[in-house]
Amino acid sequence: MKSRRALKNVRDETSLFRRRALVGFVLILLGLGGLVGRYVVLQVARHDEFATRSTNNRVKPRAIPPARGLIYDRNGVVLADNVPAFRLEVVPEQVKDMPGLLARLGQVVPLDQDDIDAFNKQLRQSRRFDSVPLKMHLTEDEIDRFAVNRWRFPNVDVVPYLTRHYPFGPLFAHVVGYVGRIDADDLQRLDADRYQGTSHVGRSGVERSYENLLHGKPGYELLEVNADGRTQHVLETHAPTPGRSLYLSIDARIQKAAEAAFEGRPGAAVAIDPRNGQVLAMVSVPTFDPNLFVNGISQADYRALTTDPDKPLYNRALRGVYPPGSTVKPFLALGGLELGLRKPSDTVFSNGQFCLPGQTRCYRDDKRGGDGTVDMVTAIEKSTNTYFYKLALDMGIDRLSQWMSRFGFGRQTGIDLIGESDGILPSRQWKAANSKQPWYPGETVIAGIGQGYWAVTPLQLAHAVATLAGGGVPYLPRLGLATSTVGEAQRQPLPNPPGATLIRQHGDWAVINAGMRAVITDGTGKGLNDGFPYAIAGKSGTAERYSRTSDAYDTNRNTAYLATRHRAWFIAYAPADHPQIAVAVVLEQGAWGASAAGPIVRKILDAWLATQHGVLPGAERLPDAAPASPGTPAPAGSVVEDQPVSASSEVQP
Amino acid sequence: MIGVLRARMRRFVHRVMTRRRIDLPLAAGLFVLALIGLATLYSAGDRSLALVGGQAARFVLGGALLLLVSRIPPPVLRSWTPGLYAVSVALLVVVAILGEGRGSMRWLDLGVMRFQPSELLKLTTPMMVAWYLHPRQLPPGWKDIAVVGILIAIPAALIAEQPDLGTAVLVATAGAFALFLSGMAWWRIGLLVGAVVGMIPIGWHFLHQYQRDRVLTLLNPESDPLGNGWHIIQSQIAVGSGGVFGKGWLHSTQSRLDFLPEHTTDFIFAVFSEEFGLVGVCALIALYAFIIGRCLWIAMEARDTYSRLLAGAIGMSFFVYVFVNGGMVAGMLPVVGVPMPMISYGGTSAVSLLTGFGVLMSIHANRKSHI
Repeated sequence: MKSRRALKNVRDETSLFRRRALVGFVLILLGLGGLVGRYVVLQVARHDEFATRSTNNRVKPRAIPPARGLIYDRNGVVLADNVPAFRLEVVPEQVKDMPGLLARLGQVVPLDQDDIDAFNKQLRQSRRFDSVPLKMHLTEDEIDRFAVNRWRFPNVDVVPYLTRHYPFGPLFAHVVGYVGRIDADDLQRLDADRYQGTSHVGRSGVERSYENLLHGKPGYELLEVNADGRTQHVLETHAPTPGRSLYLSIDARIQKAAEAAFEGRPGAAVAIDPRNGQVLAMVSVPTFDPNLFVNGISQADYRALTTDPDKPLYNRALRGVYPPGSTVKPFLALGGLELGLRKPSDTVFSNGQFCLPGQTRCYRDDKRGGDGTVDMVTAIEKSTNTYFYKLALDMGIDRLSQWMSRFGFGRQTGIDLIGESDGILPSRQWKAANSKQPWYPGETVIAGIGQGYWAVTPLQLAHAVATLAGGGVPYLPRLGLATSTVGEAQRQPLPNPPGATLIRQHGDWAVINAGMRAVITDGTGKGLNDGFPYAIAGKSGTAERYSRTSDAYDTNRNTAYLATRHRAWFIAYAPADHPQIAVAVVLEQGAWGASAAGPIVRKILDAWLATQHGVLPGAERLPDAAPASPGTPAPAGSVVEDQPVSASSEVQP
Repeated sequence: MIGVLRARMRRFVHRVMTRRRIDLPLAAGLFVLALIGLATLYSAGDRSLALVGGQAARFVLGGALLLLVSRIPPPVLRSWTPGLYAVSVALLVVVAILGEGRGSMRWLDLGVMRFQPSELLKLTTPMMVAWYLHPRQLPPGWKDIAVVGILIAIPAALIAEQPDLGTAVLVATAGAFALFLSGMAWWRIGLLVGAVVGMIPIGWHFLHQYQRDRVLTLLNPESDPLGNGWHIIQSQIAVGSGGVFGKGWLHSTQSRLDFLPEHTTDFIFAVFSEEFGLVGVCALIALYAFIIGRCLWIAMEARDTYSRLLAGAIGMSFFVYVFVNGGMVAGMLPVVGVPMPMISYGGTSAVSLLTGFGVLMSIHANRKSHI
């Protein structure tokens, strides 16, 4: 030890240490410099990248769905409303035993299998800390029961939301339609940005066709979230733009009267204002409650609706096609005048049957033995088939179908609803496209009385009647009348410009008007005008009157028997001198057009007149009806009182 | 009465100023560092005063130990060195035995507080190396280097086995720095470093799977952004988003919203970088450099080999803390449990660090010119 110590050179050692310490310090400074270099890279060179990632980390946008626009009738009666409702929500993150929770919860708030299936489906799609709706639209009783037991379910909440409600229930199901929850197919179809946060979309009716207008534009809020994705607080809020509210041309009072008039018998009615194409009522019977569909219809309810033989989900006014029968005759007669084939005074002798040259099978008149000699007005009044057989033959199928197509037969009317049927207008083209057979002259004959291939929807016929009543000026049938939004003092009307007139001479129109007026005064519609202060013009139609298998008269006059085979039509407009409403009514299984469908037309007209306060400016009152009770026509069929809308209780659901 | 007190006060101040046992620049540096640490902790700990209070209590305890140790003259310390080393290694063995079958064990529960024997080794290992080299002819030959290597390897292996790779690295480098400062020839250093680098593939097999994952993740953090890469990615986002001037004190979003894990302990420097930016980082690193430099200055002024080597090794190992932790936070080095000295919360690291500085103060008080 001592010898080693003696060898130790303290001075050298000290200077060696100093050098080492300096070198070490320089190395350390280099190391720290390298570290700072790394921070320069991160904090200067890559700052933008990391700043963005930091923001993306913590700020999450969340869409705020817009409130859907409301739907009103023409007088502001609410047909589709947004009402606050309550739903049960579960935060899955905090639940350890989900089946157990659902079982215990089911004892407090009844949960059916549909609820649980939908919940489980959504559970798989959502993040664990997002609450998942379990049961929509809780009843007050359920809310109360849950409130009492709330302490047992810390992860379950009753949450308020806005849901669609149709206060009139079934009355407007085929017009307003309904909204339904957005499903996977919708997600593909819809603009993802516009529908962020939205749960429902228009499924049918006006709710669907005006979806764009009703939906609005979503807003969003920027949320600061932590690493678990939980919201800390709201950084910014951009309010959504609510959807525009829509006013329909429908009058709830007329609609209600029209539906009631059917007394549950399957059929349809459409009423249109011929002066502008506005649809005043549109009814398809039977109907259904659209509220069932809003939050998902239950299996049982849906099965009941789809298996009902009367098909309540089927919109007869829009899609149902029926042979028009004699209701086409006034239109055909007008064609005869306009095309120069007939003069009003030209007569035809009807002996009960009409035979084509060289054919053994003949075509019958309604009345055995015929109507005798008839001119145009009488032919319309008595619905003389022979007159129209001949007219159809003289016109030829090409001119016939071309003329009739101008009234909109054989194609969609263009109403602002989706899913309209085309119907069938007999023509060579139609037959060529649908059959290998050539066109036979006999088919032209029966086309003249609305039989054969003919098929029209109630809407098409109402549209044609409106065009006729309006002096030949066609308007597209329209349900949408105007729109409005919060903060707008005035409604914004939706334009509906008229088309070019079909009638060149007003005299021609007057002849047809006289014929249809005669139907009411002396023909099949006799008695329909009793007690109504203004002149009604109309025409009945009863399709399928004849046996298909033989040309013998069906002599069975049993109404019940006939009703199973007939489609009863009645078309009308009023007042005859200054038409302001045009109506088409079809009754499936109606025995006779005039007797079965006619009273329904009358009830619609009564309800409409009541909305006009019983006075029609510009129209002449009938002399015999005047003294009864001016301003308040009270025929037996009137169901709607004449009162201002705001105070009217009978149109409230 | 007041006159007496004032006179006494004046005498005390005079004595402190003339015969001070405490190196004022070093003490001031540590004091500023402690304040920065508490301020950062207040922000990173979501303004928890309990957290800041606990840390301040550790600083007070560490400061008391610093003053106490500074009273022990280096020769006395040197005479205690073999005993202290033996006791601390023995404690490591105890921990290893107690921890058998429990996976990971680093603590001894003393009832009042939990105590990590490996912290002791951060000090006793360089002490032991300095003690061994003190009487030898320097620069050391292979034989001495081999002995020193064993003295370092025993505690380092025991700590690495706990497993606590970070502390093992700190202990090993502290000892190695003493060897380096003793004047070990450069060619020997080169050979040794080369041998260590050559050992890396073999050492890889001794690493735990999670340790390997940490290294692999470092190479490509985005491969597992929600698992092993999460720390690295979120830490870099915190640092990078701070930019040049930072988001400002208490405005670190990465830590407040819990994106950054361990944001009061190992990753607190990311919070500091996010809030104070590059400017803050440079200032803090400059402060660390100043403290290290001051330590080396004290070492150069020391009176004997033992003091020199010990003071230099303690100062230089301070660098290892900063470099390893700073590199880890910046995604440059793998995630190992090395705290940022005086900034990271908790553990006994602040206490052991300040005790180490107590040794430095003692060496300073007994410097050459002082005799």
